[in-house]
Amino acid sequence: MAERIDLNLKVNGADHSVSVHPFARLLDVLREDLRLTGTKEGCGEGECGACSVLLNGRVVNSCLVPAVQAQGAEVVTVEGLAEGENLSSLQAAFLVHNGAQCGFCTPGMLVSATDLIHRCPNPSDDEIRDGLAGNLCRCTGYAKILDAVHTAAEREAAR
Amino acid sequence: MFDICELCEPETLAEAKALFRANPELKVIAGGTDVLIRMQHGNLAGAGLLSLRNIPHLDEIQLLADGTLSIGAMAPFTRIFEHELIRKLVPVLGEASVSMGGPQVRNVATIGGNLCNGAVSADSASTLFALDALLKLETAEGERIIPMRDFYAGPGKVNLLPGELLVAILIPREGYEGMGGHYIKFAPRKAMDIATLGVAAVCKIRENRFVELRIGLGVAAPVPVRCFEAEDYAKGREVTWECVQEIARLALKPAKARSSWRASKDYREHLIEVLAQRAVAEAVKRGGGCCAD
Repeated sequence: MAERIDLNLKVNGADHSVSVHPFARLLDVLREDLRLTGTKEGCGEGECGACSVLLNGRVVNSCLVPAVQAQGAEVVTVEGLAEGENLSSLQAAFLVHNGAQCGFCTPGMLVSATDLIHRCPNPSDDEIRDGLAGNLCRCTGYAKILDAVHTAAEREAAR
Repeated sequence: MFDICELCEPETLAEAKALFRANPELKVIAGGTDVLIRMQHGNLAGAGLLSLRNIPHLDEIQLLADGTLSIGAMAPFTRIFEHELIRKLVPVLGEASVSMGGPQVRNVATIGGNLCNGAVSADSASTLFALDALLKLETAEGERIIPMRDFYAGPGKVNLLPGELLVAILIPREGYEGMGGHYIKFAPRKAMDIATLGVAAVCKIRENRFVELRIGLGVAAPVPVRCFEAEDYAKGREVTWECVQEIARLALKPAKARSSWRASKDYREHLIEVLAQRAVAEAVKRGGGCCAD
């Protein structure tokens, strides 16, 4: 097995070619090779959702994705949610509602919420809870996160 | 970094079967949400993996000419519960699929991986027991089709021959047609949790009598089980609340509940009876019956 392999993937709209360990995790490539440290490692075993990214448009735990399986794929991390200097509706709503305390879960929470609003533009409380069920937050108690997602969904609908 | 010594990603099923015959020690990986976690925990460390991810059509859900519903082993749970055929023909399987993990896990975890992992808590397993599903297994030499209940050999153990792959789950027409169903997962959390108990009930009702009832239990014994005594009792009987209560009592017969840190034996037996009652009552309702006293 080659010591390094060439991995070509699109991250947040930009093409990248990186030389990575053949059994690196997608999480490692994002954080260490591409220095996109917004994506966090929490549990490292698919329980907490801190490492959530969109892989070809679906939310996944990047700690459980062998990087080689992202060959040719399109990845969106928390760094790709804003449009230039403009925060996404969700990011803005998290700020307004204090949807973050320590902030460690926030990148994953934002990515999952982005996926949720995309699939389900006008989510009910239960749909938001289901959509964010794979993301743990140990600070907020989730209420403010729920409020933020509602506000963002309303803002998106009004656009 | 994953502690893997090699990762084979064949592009065709024939290639996968040939590779697996030549290297039966390879560990098969589907979505990876069990295998990769076991690797992270140091079990399976240094294993060679055979990934089925690149094989086309292995994730398809389709209705065969004879009415059999075929679910490709590599179908992820998100696709299963969103799929039109599942919603229409076996909504109970959709219910079980959405009870699993969270969105991130359901987007990658597959039904085939869920079964081959051999866990008695697999949410799809008890439901497929109740639906009388068959499994299509293939080696480089040929294929065999076996009933779900011949697949489980013990905790974490399934009857796969060396070099054999689970290719599809088949639900024959008699398994689902005209049946109402309900799956109840009991767990401390609503998401990202492992079932303390899983109960799936499907039934066919005519003139408010049980034409057929099938119940599958998860985490009630070392392997998922069917409740044949309860099913036989129900056959031909009028649906009444007393009848459903007796069915639930008989559902305990195949159980070999044990105490673990998740729940005591007594508590599990209590759950089996109470949840079997609720699952059957709801399945009756969805099957067009009424068990109000």
